[in-house]
Amino acid sequence: MLLIKCPYCEEERPELEFRNAGEAHLVRANPIIEQSDDDFAGFLYFRQNPKGLQFERWRHIHGCGRFFNAVRDSVSDKFLTVYKAGDPRPDIDTLLSPAAAEPEPPATKRPRAKKVEV
Amino acid sequence: MVEIVQATRRHPLQAGQLDVASVSVTLADNATRISLRARDNAVSALSKALGITLPMKPKTSASNGGRAVLWLGPDEWLIIDNADSAVVADLAKAKVLNSAVDISHRNVGIIVAGKGADAVVNGGCPQDLSLKAFPVGAASRTVLGKIEIVLWRTGEDVFRVECWRSFSNYAYAFLQESARDVAI
Ligand SMILES: [Zn+2]
Repeated sequence: MLLIKCPYCEEERPELEFRNAGEAHLVRANPIIEQSDDDFAGFLYFRQNPKGLQFERWRHIHGCGRFFNAVRDSVSDKFLTVYKAGDPRPDIDTLLSPAAAEPEPPATKRPRAKKVEV
Repeated sequence: MVEIVQATRRHPLQAGQLDVASVSVTLADNATRISLRARDNAVSALSKALGITLPMKPKTSASNGGRAVLWLGPDEWLIIDNADSAVVADLAKAKVLNSAVDISHRNVGIIVAGKGADAVVNGGCPQDLSLKAFPVGAASRTVLGKIEIVLWRTGEDVFRVECWRSFSNYAYAFLQESARDVAI
């Protein structure tokens, strides 16, 4: 099971508590009446759906209930980062730089399934 | 000589007949429950009216006597109190913008208590319930099997599971089945 970090709960939670909510950073035109039909159709229907890194909205629906944004690789399913709704789009190059990469936890520190004493 | 082991056949409607000694799954008493929503600037006035400082940290709760407030989200709390509680009248004293909805009859509480209670809940809840990750007093909205619940750890080996009443048969049967699996 994927563990997804919720920026409001400030910790990783099982993916079953989350819902994907489509592409992030879609901005409704204002005033929308002046937008051409083609542009409006683009806003309403057409999504990037890239192979690779994408900006997505997620909702911690069975947790704190909040929408937030995430950068996820659609090939590997790896989440690069999560950030609160309304926060600016993070810079991909900075995220991908080796300095920003979080070190993998050492094998011994990996959380293990708790053995139940019965 | 080959020993033939026959699995015991259980009737699907056997929930309520948990023949297990190490861990129990019981119904919580009727309670008053409030769904409270408020912005940051109303928190101190509401805390004063309630007699409990509203918890602001994720996955935490605060209590005072029989009254408890569980953090559910950045602007959302679940208040649980005795059935004859004056919590509604208390909240009405706070003259700040908030939404307090009485959901006493929407939820049903189930208590899982005893050795391995965490494993019983983990039978359908994917959260880390070790004492380090989910200490006594921790509370969270999460899932149990295919339903949503609010989980509250009231003791090292005691959990309160709050679910919506139409899901309560499912939750009760699920927890009993899980208890049979982890029982000594
Ligand atoms: Zn959350």
